[in-house]
Amino acid sequence: MASVNVESEVTGKVWKIEASIGDNVDEGDVLMILESMKMEIPVESPVSGTVTELRVRKDDSVDEDQVIVVIEQ
Amino acid sequence: MHQRVLIPNRGVIARRIVRACRKLGIQSVVCHSDLDAQTPAVEECDQAVRLPGYQAKDTYLNSHLVLETAKKCRADAIHPGYGFLAESSSFAEDVETAGISFIGPSSDWIKRMSVKTEARSSMSKLGIPVHEGSGLLQNEDCIRDFVGQVGLPIVLKPAAGGGGIGMFVVHEEDEIAIKFQQAQPLAKSGFADDSLYAEKYLSKPRHIEFQVVADGSDCSILGVRECSIQRRHQKLIEETPVPGDLDKQLADIEPQLTSAIRDYDSIGTVECLYDDGKLGFLEMNTRLQVEHGVTEEAHNVDLVALQVQISAGESLDSLDLGSEKPQQYAVEARLYAEDSERMLPSSGKLNVFRPVPFEGVRIEAGYRAGNYITPYYDPLLAKIIGTGSSREQAIARTAIALKAFEVEGVSTNSELLQNILGSEAFILGRIHTGLLEELHTRSSR
Repeated sequence: MASVNVESEVTGKVWKIEASIGDNVDEGDVLMILESMKMEIPVESPVSGTVTELRVRKDDSVDEDQVIVVIEQ
Repeated sequence: MHQRVLIPNRGVIARRIVRACRKLGIQSVVCHSDLDAQTPAVEECDQAVRLPGYQAKDTYLNSHLVLETAKKCRADAIHPGYGFLAESSSFAEDVETAGISFIGPSSDWIKRMSVKTEARSSMSKLGIPVHEGSGLLQNEDCIRDFVGQVGLPIVLKPAAGGGGIGMFVVHEEDEIAIKFQQAQPLAKSGFADDSLYAEKYLSKPRHIEFQVVADGSDCSILGVRECSIQRRHQKLIEETPVPGDLDKQLADIEPQLTSAIRDYDSIGTVECLYDDGKLGFLEMNTRLQVEHGVTEEAHNVDLVALQVQISAGESLDSLDLGSEKPQQYAVEARLYAEDSERMLPSSGKLNVFRPVPFEGVRIEAGYRAGNYITPYYDPLLAKIIGTGSSREQAIARTAIALKAFEVEGVSTNSELLQNILGSEAFILGRIHTGLLEELHTRSSR
């Protein structure tokens, strides 16, 4: 089992969290939606696996490259 | 006429309204968040008022604070610009109740056009053609019924929405349930209302819109804009007059439109989709449009000044409405702070921000060097409007001005815009809303 860190590609805010801890996700599934400059930016899972950590909550600010989700492969 | 206008907005449009006020001899008061204190609009206005905070909901969207600010600085009118409070009927109503003039239509009109299904059905009843659409969708079965009538694909839209946000395209029957479940919460969080409706999805339509100027008893159309170059349902390039041979279709629908909205009382825009030889009503925007500048350039008119004058009670027959027919071609490109390759917004400090003036080019910039582009507001940096006696000349001037406009510190979509303006399909006027995607697919092969 390897853990994969999912990072935010932008500076912005967490608009909506789609995944829950324990969810089994496929590569490409939307984990959460960030908002930056009035745009919705979906964060997709880079791998298939299980969501083990959600490091942000709704309305939190996020920085570019910040780890926001951890997936166990 | 108004004495003092409050402008609870920022960037390009706040600056534009300040200019119109100055021309009319009206004082301008610009409200600004803590992040925007150093921007050109704040420096150029007659008075600046701080709205403490930086998030839109605490500042530009804080209707209570904005109204109190207007009273405190004795503004007799509020110009909301576009975005933020521009289409909030409850704000417009509060402003009216406070005895202050809302520079826009009456709150009734904003309300009437804000629920998209109602706007469509009321227009349809008045004889305006409308592309196939559903009523409010209570559940998945309603979607299946609608698909049964019109076939796939369809697009789900928030009924209280607008601006292309929260839309989901359904291509396959088995996607109906999942797309419905995805769309509902997004409509709720985006527009505080989870009702949805559906339209037949047109994959290559053109987005055509009519500029409306009206004073409550008299209504006229001041030109038509072509706005099909979009990414993620947001406009990138707009122009007027409309390329291609649509004259007959446009001429047919114009009198129907002016009759349907004859008691409208401000400037506004009727958006239509053109598909398979037919124009159909999409929605009406009861405000100043981002792309108003192309109409101003082609028709020799100052739409912002007109909007202010109409709100002060002046009637169309006493106002300068410019020329009815376009006198030249105008093409606008929206320069955004974004990484076009990855399709992501880009924030940072504008180390260099240098628009270059050219003959026949109008540039509306919201920033100067040293300003910060933050994630809190929209990514529009500037609008570049090229004009000319031919469409080719207007396109070429826009492209040259884009190329010369230096920006460092954030990524921009300048190269993407230049590529579109230089593409064969665009130059030949073979324009539709899917063009950008087609060009993108071709270049990445």
